[in-house]
Amino acid sequence: MSTSTPTAAPLGDEQQLQDDADGGSGNGKPPAGPSGFAQAQRSLTGRVGSILAILIAILWTLPTAGLLITSFRPASDINSSGWWTFFTDPNVTLDNYRQVLSSGGDFNLSTYFVNSFIITIPAVIIPITLATMAAYAFAWMDFKGKSALFVAVFALQIVPIQVTLIPLQQFYVNPPGNLAPLGGNDALGGGFYAIWLSHAIFAMPLAIYLLHNFMREIPGELIESARVDGAGHVQIFTRMMLPLMAPAIAAFGIFQFLWVWNDLLVALVFSGGNQAVAPLTVPLSSLAGQRGEDYFLLSAGAFVSLIVPLIVFLSLQRYFVRGLLAGSVKG
Amino acid sequence: MRSARSRRGLTGIAALAVSAIALTGCASEETGGTQTASGTSPGEGRAECSQLTQFGDLTGTEVRVFTSIVQPESDAQQASYELFTECTGAEVAYEGSQEFETQLSVRVRGGNAPDIAYVPQPGLVNTMVATGQTVPAPQPVSDNVDEFFPEIWREYGTVDGTFYAAPLGANVKSFVWYSPSFFEENGYEIPETWDEMTALSEEIAQSGTKPWCAGIESGTATGWTVTDWLEDAILRDQGADFYDQWVNHEVPFDDQAVADSLDRVGGILKNGDFVNGGFGDVRSIASTSFQDAGYPILSDNCAMMRQASFYAAQWASAPSAEGGNAPVVAEDGDVFAFYLPVTQDNGERPVLGGGEFVLAFDDRPEVQAFQTYLSSDIWANEKAEATPDGGWVSANTGLDINLLNSPIDVLSAETLQDPNAVFRFDGSDQMPSAVGAGSFWTQMTDWITGKSTGDALTQIEESWPTS
Amino acid sequence: MSTPEKFLQMGIAIALFIALMSAILLLSSRFKNRSGERLQAAAFLLPAVLLVAFGLLYPALKTIYQSLFDSFGTNFVGTENYQTIITNPDLLVVLRNTLFWVLLTPLLATFIGLIYAVLVDGSRFEKQAKALVFLPMAISLVGATIIWKFVYAYRDNDVTLADGSNPAQIGLLNAMLDGVGLPTFQFLTSPPWNTFFLIVILIWIQAGFAMVILSASIKAIPEDIIEAARLDGVSGVKMFRHITVPSIRPALIVVLTTISIATLKVFDIVQTVGGQFDTSVLAYEFYRQFFVANNQGLATALATVIFVLVIPIIFYNVRQFRRLEAR
Repeated sequence: MSTSTPTAAPLGDEQQLQDDADGGSGNGKPPAGPSGFAQAQRSLTGRVGSILAILIAILWTLPTAGLLITSFRPASDINSSGWWTFFTDPNVTLDNYRQVLSSGGDFNLSTYFVNSFIITIPAVIIPITLATMAAYAFAWMDFKGKSALFVAVFALQIVPIQVTLIPLQQFYVNPPGNLAPLGGNDALGGGFYAIWLSHAIFAMPLAIYLLHNFMREIPGELIESARVDGAGHVQIFTRMMLPLMAPAIAAFGIFQFLWVWNDLLVALVFSGGNQAVAPLTVPLSSLAGQRGEDYFLLSAGAFVSLIVPLIVFLSLQRYFVRGLLAGSVKG
Repeated sequence: MRSARSRRGLTGIAALAVSAIALTGCASEETGGTQTASGTSPGEGRAECSQLTQFGDLTGTEVRVFTSIVQPESDAQQASYELFTECTGAEVAYEGSQEFETQLSVRVRGGNAPDIAYVPQPGLVNTMVATGQTVPAPQPVSDNVDEFFPEIWREYGTVDGTFYAAPLGANVKSFVWYSPSFFEENGYEIPETWDEMTALSEEIAQSGTKPWCAGIESGTATGWTVTDWLEDAILRDQGADFYDQWVNHEVPFDDQAVADSLDRVGGILKNGDFVNGGFGDVRSIASTSFQDAGYPILSDNCAMMRQASFYAAQWASAPSAEGGNAPVVAEDGDVFAFYLPVTQDNGERPVLGGGEFVLAFDDRPEVQAFQTYLSSDIWANEKAEATPDGGWVSANTGLDINLLNSPIDVLSAETLQDPNAVFRFDGSDQMPSAVGAGSFWTQMTDWITGKSTGDALTQIEESWPTS
Repeated sequence: MSTPEKFLQMGIAIALFIALMSAILLLSSRFKNRSGERLQAAAFLLPAVLLVAFGLLYPALKTIYQSLFDSFGTNFVGTENYQTIITNPDLLVVLRNTLFWVLLTPLLATFIGLIYAVLVDGSRFEKQAKALVFLPMAISLVGATIIWKFVYAYRDNDVTLADGSNPAQIGLLNAMLDGVGLPTFQFLTSPPWNTFFLIVILIWIQAGFAMVILSASIKAIPEDIIEAARLDGVSGVKMFRHITVPSIRPALIVVLTTISIATLKVFDIVQTVGGQFDTSVLAYEFYRQFFVANNQGLATALATVIFVLVIPIIFYNVRQFRRLEAR
């Protein structure tokens, strides 16, 4: 795998070699492309730190590993013995996956996969764009009542989705004036618009709050000097902020992607019974069978739906690099 | 109630305000008018379409059905609608959801109701009618229900003297599952009375096997298994009239008669010598899922479990069902059920059960045609044929028992169609949901884990909504 | 709808959105002087504020209003629903549990996420190591439920079966207890401990969130600060305490706040045990009363209590916000 190269590595190799290279990699070699910071951080925590990190990783992985193994075990084994007996008595089957992925009957996974993408992509792009703009305004513009408005938006994170379902649904089905209905039987775009809009609404307070906090980290002098040079807010926003904010946007993007991808409630309610727009979570949740007896299928289904978020996470990670702010003056 | 997962009752307090079921059988019930379309029906001239041709040519129309019946059971449902499409030209858009109750509530309140919902509780029928979005059943449906269903089923679908919802499927709850081979090897007889059943339990307990197993864990609905036990006992001890009064809160929930019946149940479920075969002590009943509860029967670790007919589908998932050796559910197979014995000899056979009701939110001709089709004997038999592995039965007397594909379905249908049967719907499905899907479950769970009969019943009584 | 049609819809939606945003940006960029600030601010803020006002503020206000009425929203009952909440013993347990959740989850999840982010930072396996802790976040709740079922599952190990064996433990924890000869424990049905075992599940999920945000924030610490500290001979634990933590303090507050609010809204995890055995929390109780018991008044009052509980968190954030402003 490729390691991320910091855009501005402040430390030369000679600097690294001077380091007490008892780092977490534990093999005496300097780790690939580390920062001086990481080196300093670990030179003392060394072994204890490595052990602690490994311990957390194991604790966090173990339950999921259990699920992964479970998904390859025959249905009858799952209930009669623990998944760890797999190592002493391996009994592998692909049946669970075959059943989940088989396109028999109504359960045509490819359609749902497409729907999940169609729902997720705009439901990530729209709120992040709007929230980044709003966060910029809260961070770097002056206007009356700014603090109060910011606090209000931030506080609205607390509204549980369930509280909003019925008011939103009423609006989508019978919009005021002569607007096209976004929900119901003759919904615009088959009901996608209602789902996108709902996701955008639910993401907004948290996105604004998170991005605003990252934004505040950017030194004000940068903005000020750009303003002195005659740049307008729009220029500063598009040319300076967006590149500087890349790690934060990537971080939030990952989470928004996950929430939308794994969401069941919003999709269920606002697809309003239109199977054609239902995402992957809808058939997966019914995999348990009518009486919850088929949860061995769920273990396979859970992994099928996990693949995409994992790829997204791994590919966006490269935006988490230090050095974007290198050389900037901190106030 | 076909499954515990997501189909337990939400009976609004509306149910009380709107009406409790009038048990006198209203002679002057209202029904809706019949809407028809123009044109000649595609099914004209076919005998099996005779009821549907009156609705005209419905080609190009669609009926949106929303249900709690999901894969794999939904396949047979959809297959049974093909005849309807052939007869009328109308398509059926089917949607099943595990989150049925919540979804229906949101959709109806949000102005996006389906055309038809299969509602698994009479209480929810009342709640939905109270929203003002439902439409009464048309005359042909009413006629079908009069012809093919016992009177009590019609009453469950009637609100305030107006008939709304015809029954669809049914299940029988008054069953005890057992292993025929285990009984045969040990010379045990199927008990005919409760006393015989208690004597048998003692005999089995003395032989070293726990006679009963039970599990009441069921996610959000944990506890419903005990409520079924209690309802069955009340129905047997006090009769159907008292049962109806108790369900409608005309007698207090903690009436002495109810306490006696609960103690009767406690004589089995809270008796450490009788439970919990293969799992542990009495407390383990609370943490054993209702799905897993019966499996010790297959390994002779337990002799009997009281559970509804729909448990038949559960055996295939048993741990011992290695490599496709699912237990055979038959009188001469690995596992089967017998009728839960009566406590008094008055010639009646009380049957506790559940089922779904077809509730419409629109009166377009295609919707009414579909309601008519579902309430007919034609559909009941189509459905029986479309369910090759069994697991479906209806209280429809036009259902030809010979068409049923599994022994347990046959037993269920015979139990329902027995001339001495006195059918009553699951009580918790009729009570206000604060009780029926709330305190009744939670208090019964606490009762299993040690709470006294008096305290549990008193707390349910206190939680009964006042309005 | 066919697949190409769906993509077309998506394309149209995104194109519309981009066009709208570009128009807003272009129009507002014409106001370069300081007096155009207000207009520019409006252009930047309005779309987001409108969405939030219509989709969240209005339902929230409606909820508060409905909490003063009875189950059907017909008769005004004043504070009766609130009196029910503070007098009903079951609901008091719900309040108590909610406090346990909100106190424990954010602190532990943030702490673990922070330690882990620092420890793996810059190590050779950083990406993979992070992916492991991030996994629980990515797994759908349905999956997580089954996972923990196989951790907490209980079988009585005192039972002797017909074939002379003991029941096989399929729960990881009870298998361990059984392995060392201890009696097995009913993790999910023994109050009050079961609430803590459920809290573990949320910590397991949220630690990944804390790790990702804090990691991004650690990476944003300017190199020269670290450089200066290193020249002063600061390293290891000292570096962590005096440089890392103060530098990412704002991010720490953000993570704590976010997890606290998410915890207040937790309901799916509690739903897995049906909210029984004294495990219910406010958000779950709201859901049950609203959608299952059709008890609108009490349900909305419970939701309002959730709103009230978030006030201290908001207060703290406002103070931080002010301090930053004063910089």
